[in-house]
Amino acid sequence: MSHKVVIPIGPYHPLQEEPEFFRLYVEGEKVVDINMVIGYMHRGIEKLSESKHFDQVAFLVERICGICSTSHPFAYVNAVEDLARIEVPGRALYIRTIIAELERLHSHLLWLGLAGHFIGYNTVWMWAWRYREPVLDMFEMITGNRQHYAMMKIGGVRRDIEEQHIPALKKTLDELVRAVDMFKGAVMDDPVIHARLKGIGILSRQQAIDWAVVGPTARASGVNIDVRKDDPYGAYDKIDWSVIVEREGDIFAKTKVRILEMYESISIIRQCIDKMPGGQIDANVKDIPPGEGIGRVEAPRGECYHYVRSDGTNRPIRHKVRAPSYMNVASNKVAAVGGTISDATITLAAVDPCYCCTERVTVIDKSTDHKILNGWDLIKLSQEKTENLKKSLKV
Amino acid sequence: MNLKLKALTKSLWVFHAACSPCNNCDIEILDVLTPRYDVERFGIVLVGSIRHADVLLVTGVPNYKTKERLKKIYSQAPQPCLVVAVGGCACGRVMFKDSYNSPCAVDEIVPVSAYIPGCPPKPEAIIAGVVKLIKKVRG
Amino acid sequence: MSIKEQVRETLAGRIIDWYEHAPRRIYISIKPQDLKGAVSSLFKDLGLRFVTASGQDTTKGMEILYHFSFDKTGEIFSLRVLMEDKKKPEIDSIAPLFVGAEWIEREMWELLGINFIGHPNLKRLLLAEDWPEGKYPLRQEQ
Repeated sequence: MSHKVVIPIGPYHPLQEEPEFFRLYVEGEKVVDINMVIGYMHRGIEKLSESKHFDQVAFLVERICGICSTSHPFAYVNAVEDLARIEVPGRALYIRTIIAELERLHSHLLWLGLAGHFIGYNTVWMWAWRYREPVLDMFEMITGNRQHYAMMKIGGVRRDIEEQHIPALKKTLDELVRAVDMFKGAVMDDPVIHARLKGIGILSRQQAIDWAVVGPTARASGVNIDVRKDDPYGAYDKIDWSVIVEREGDIFAKTKVRILEMYESISIIRQCIDKMPGGQIDANVKDIPPGEGIGRVEAPRGECYHYVRSDGTNRPIRHKVRAPSYMNVASNKVAAVGGTISDATITLAAVDPCYCCTERVTVIDKSTDHKILNGWDLIKLSQEKTENLKKSLKV
Repeated sequence: MNLKLKALTKSLWVFHAACSPCNNCDIEILDVLTPRYDVERFGIVLVGSIRHADVLLVTGVPNYKTKERLKKIYSQAPQPCLVVAVGGCACGRVMFKDSYNSPCAVDEIVPVSAYIPGCPPKPEAIIAGVVKLIKKVRG
Repeated sequence: MSIKEQVRETLAGRIIDWYEHAPRRIYISIKPQDLKGAVSSLFKDLGLRFVTASGQDTTKGMEILYHFSFDKTGEIFSLRVLMEDKKKPEIDSIAPLFVGAEWIEREMWELLGINFIGHPNLKRLLLAEDWPEGKYPLRQEQ
């Protein structure tokens, strides 16, 4: 049967971020097919990068994504340092690691809040974002900006973490551990969340490999990959930490991976503070020789991959960026198909596509071929399901 | 003084249209709603449809795909509708103005009533921008 | 046997050039007609993970690098193919081998104008539907 595809102009969802457009094809309650249209975000950064000086590109790639705003420059400087074989001072490596892990903390909290919202726990949203604020304060204290920290620089970092920053940083981490404990308890012990998240949106191990997914999405499906361990950069090889892997591949596993990763991040930052050597923070790089380099970073969503090529001038002649969501979002096709519409929102959000963009979901009933629901309705549907579950579980 | 506009400043209902931003302004806008800043105290709410909104909030630099969207969204807005451009990209396209996929700035598509610059503007700056806008509308 | 030796042995006669920029960064040049077989043996037999592909318009022709990662030890193997016909570059699609390559080939098709033979779903990914035909933003003449 041919389906008439209706593209809604709105409604945009208030929580919307990266605009992506999903078309769900449904039969009754069941999702039978899903079609994704992307490109609402395309700004031609790879081409722009060819017209900028090597130092300026770090600022440009920072603006690829606001949530991973240190992962992209980090991967980029790794690529250029690989290209030009630059030795980075030890202190700079530790500072980079601290910033990257703080970013993971704020990103995972942000996701947790949104996931809560999508299944009808608005309180979780508000609480998670409340505890995210102190992390942003730390960024403001260290780098001068709440987002877009501009810390990464070829050969080092732009700002030092000073002695007076450390007590506040430690205090924030202590408070954050208590908050994460609370979230862990709230998620792991809640029967409704178990009923809502277990066994849905499953991505099997083989599917995860075929779709080449990365980051927490892959790790929740039992694929043990983490760039920080596999191809260490920054100071990760000098720190004691472990990779969190779950087997189930459902949304509960993805949530669990992210919550447990927050503990690891806190532990990494604490160790970095203790082990951080003194000295220079910048290698004072002058020229970039011809050649090509690859840099990668484990962003909160997975492997962020940059390829830079230079012909000896002061600008790159090719700069390829592969963001983690590029691989992960595509895998929604298998995760969401076969589920029900009320689970679709959380399934699409579970890969953390820099926010789920449910406002771009149209539901098309195959039997009548008409658009029947919009993004708002979908979230309502999802929240109603939780309410009904709560009633049936008597909590 | 437009009476309708004046009445509208009592509680602004905001519709947020992201036109290929980098997410940062969008996060800060959401941040304004969460406990630390909590503008819902002042009756400012994000709504799910432009047809319910008094204010259209635009972030990012429009590309060929979102440009048409933005035009349509604005045409569906109940008038009078104020437009606020949040962030450096929406105010003046900054580093994306030479991109092959950036046809024009936000204010060439829809009439903008207030510009809130910054990359991203802090939540305080966003609130200050809204306050300025309300003051101007009230005269 | 280390993964480098395994890759060298698997690709054996097909390698034109082997260049190690760093211990974990290996660039391998192969002929375009060998690509599909090489990708298949790296992905299916050796269990490498497909990262991405990057196309480039060079003075010699259109060049594509297919990046593969071996996650146990962290090596990246980049397969380099060069299509000398710049006017009408064509290469076999690897998307039929594994779905993960579908989007990136669509992207290279629309941004660089490289035709992927046998791609299941070759249509626009990033640019607007009414983007002019024959205008490829990542080509150097643009």
